[in-house]
Amino acid sequence: MEQQEKILEVKNLRVNFNTYAGKIQAVRGVNFSLYKGETLAIVGESGCGKTVTSKALLRLYQPPLVSVAEGSEILYDGQDVLKMNKKQLQAYRGREVGMIFQDPMTSLNPTMKVGDQIAEALRIHNKISKKEAAVLAVEKLRLVDIPNPEKRAECYPHQLSGGMRQRVVIAIALSCSPKIIIADEPTTALDVTIQAQILDLLMEIREKTHTAIILVTHDLGVVANFASRIQVMYAGQIVERGSTRDLFYQPRHPYTRALLDSVPKLSSKTHGELYSLKGTPPDLILELKGCPFAARCQYCMPVCQERMPEEIDLGEGHSVSCWLQHPMAPDVGPLNDGRKAGA
Amino acid sequence: MEQETLREPLLEVEHLSKHFKMGGKSILKAVDDVSLTIYKGETLGLVGESGCGKTTFGRTVIQLYRPTSGSIRFDGRELGTLKRKELVSFKKDAQIIFQDPYASLDPRMTIAEIIAEGMKVHFKLSPAETERKIASLLEKVGLGADYANRYAHELSGGQRQRVGIARALAVKPRFIVCDEPISALDVSIQAQVINLLIYLQREFGLTYLFISHDLSMVQYISDRIGVMYLGSLMELTDNQTLYSRPLHPYTQALLSAIPVADPDLGQAQNRIKLEGEIPSPIHQPKGCKFAPRCRFASEKCQAERPVLRELEPGHFVACHFAEQFQTEEA
Repeated sequence: MEQQEKILEVKNLRVNFNTYAGKIQAVRGVNFSLYKGETLAIVGESGCGKTVTSKALLRLYQPPLVSVAEGSEILYDGQDVLKMNKKQLQAYRGREVGMIFQDPMTSLNPTMKVGDQIAEALRIHNKISKKEAAVLAVEKLRLVDIPNPEKRAECYPHQLSGGMRQRVVIAIALSCSPKIIIADEPTTALDVTIQAQILDLLMEIREKTHTAIILVTHDLGVVANFASRIQVMYAGQIVERGSTRDLFYQPRHPYTRALLDSVPKLSSKTHGELYSLKGTPPDLILELKGCPFAARCQYCMPVCQERMPEEIDLGEGHSVSCWLQHPMAPDVGPLNDGRKAGA
Repeated sequence: MEQETLREPLLEVEHLSKHFKMGGKSILKAVDDVSLTIYKGETLGLVGESGCGKTTFGRTVIQLYRPTSGSIRFDGRELGTLKRKELVSFKKDAQIIFQDPYASLDPRMTIAEIIAEGMKVHFKLSPAETERKIASLLEKVGLGADYANRYAHELSGGQRQRVGIARALAVKPRFIVCDEPISALDVSIQAQVINLLIYLQREFGLTYLFISHDLSMVQYISDRIGVMYLGSLMELTDNQTLYSRPLHPYTQALLSAIPVADPDLGQAQNRIKLEGEIPSPIHQPKGCKFAPRCRFASEKCQAERPVLRELEPGHFVACHFAEQFQTEEA
C-alpha cells in the first residue's frame, strides 16, 4: 500500500488575475494534500484553473498581474511556500519540486545545447564543477532513455523531435532528484505512440525514485491509466475528488459524469448521438452565486442557484461538492449515464 | 446495409503524390502514392500521427495544393483537366473546415461577412436573401441569428468552429474535408461539434473526409477509416473491422497506444510498445516505411516496399505479412 506521508498541503488557495476588465478569480479556494509516491491528477477543461493551481505551487506567476489572495497557504515541509524569501524559493524550485511544461518546443532555450541546459540546472543547486555537471547531464539523459546520450547532449533543441525534447525537459526536472514533479499536460503536444513512451517513462521514474507526481491534464484516458487519485476542477474549484476507480466507476458529481460521458468509448456504437454537455463554463470575472455548474446541470435544484454546496466526505478519500448529497435532496440514484438517458 | 445501396463513388483518388521541394536536392514526400475512394454519403476517417501527410492529402484532394502526380476524380470528372470555370464550381462542391478556429477566421470581418464571402462568389443573391440565408445557417449550426454582427474574437473556440462549419455549408457543398475540426477544443465542446457534424451530414446528405489524430473520435464518426504513416496509406477498412481486427502492425500499435478512459480496461489492455520515432519524411526508408519500428520486420520488409492490396473484401493492407495476422486473429 501507499505510504500516507503528506509532503505538500494546499490550504484555501485563491489566485486572481488583475486585468483591465476587472479581477478574474481563476482559482477559488482550493484545498488538497499530496502524499509521497502518489500520482495525483488534476482534471478539467481549459480555464478551470488547473494550470494556474499547478503554477502557483511553484510561485510561477507574475505579480501584480497575478496575485494570490490573503489566507492562501501552500505548505511544504511545514514551510509556507508563499512566504519564502528569494533564496529559500530558489532552493525549493528545482531541488524539491521539478516542473514539466506542456510544450517542449517553448520550454527549452533554443540557443543552448541541451546538455548545457541540464548542467545549468545541476550547477544552480549543487556545488560542482562544469566538467562534473556535464558528465552528470549525460547521465540524466541516459536516465530518460535518450539513445546516444553523449551525442545528444551536444544537440540544440531544434535538432530533436518533440518526444526527445520532452525527455530533455523531464531530465531537467529530474536533475536534482526532486520529491515532487508537477507535470502540466506533459503529453498533449505529442503523438499517441510517443505519448505512451513518455508516460511509461514518468511512471518508471516514479517507481524508482518514489517521487510524487502532480499530473495536470484534460485527457481522461491518460488519467485512467496513470493516476492514483483524481481531483476534478470546474470554474476554479475542486468539485470532486477520490481514487481513480471511485471517480471512474462511481462519480457523484454531475460534471464528472458528463466529462466521462463526453469521451467516446472505442467499443461504443457509432453514429448515435454522442453525449454532449450543453453550454459553456461560467465567466470567472463574475462573482459566482451558488454552484458554478448549476447552469449546465441536468439535476439543478433551486438551492443550487443560491448557495455554493459544501464539500461532503463520502469516505475513503472520496468527496464531492454537490447539493445532491444533502440529506434533504431528492434521491436520484446513481448518476445517469448520459447516453442511456438520451439527455 | 445502407452502404450497399450507397456505394456510388464521389471522390476517386489514384496514385496521388504531393512532394514539396525543401531546398537543395531534398524532397519531402508528404503524400506518396495514395489511392482511395470515397463513396457518396459516407464519412471516411483518415488517421495518423503528425507529419504522416493526412492534412496534405486533404488539402490536395480539394485542390488547395496542386498534386505532384496522380489523378483525382470528383463525381467522375478528372480534376486535373478542369477549366477555370469548372474549377470554381468544383470549389463550391468541395469545402474544408480547418483545424484551428482561432486562425481560420478573419479577425476584421463580422461573422456575417465571413459566411457571406463564399456565397458572393458562387450565387447571385440580393442583400436581403443573403441576410436571410446567413440567419438560417447560423440557426442550423446552433448559434442563432444574433451572432451575425459579432466578430470572431467575441466567440469561444467551440462557437468559432461552428462559424467555420457555417462558412463551409454556405455554398451548399457536397463534400467537406474536416481537417482536425475538434482537436483545438475541450472534450465537452468536442462532443457538441461532432454531434453537429453528424446532424448536418444527415440533413444535407454530405460526404466527409474526416482527418484526425484522435482515434476514438474518428471511430465514432466514420464509416470507413484509413491509416496513414509517412505519406502512405497503410490500412483501409470499415471502422468496426479496423478496431476489432487490425491487420497492419502499425495500426495494431497505434490502437494499443490510445489510453482508454477506463481504469480496468486500461489495465487489461495489451499495449504494444513502439520503439523509436517516425523517420524524417525527407529520408524515407527504402522498403516498408514502417519497417524500422516494426516488431515483425524481416529482410523482405527492409528491401521491398509493400503495396496496398485488398486482402478481404473492402479491407486493404500494405504489409507483406498481413495474411499471418489474419490467420492468427481468426
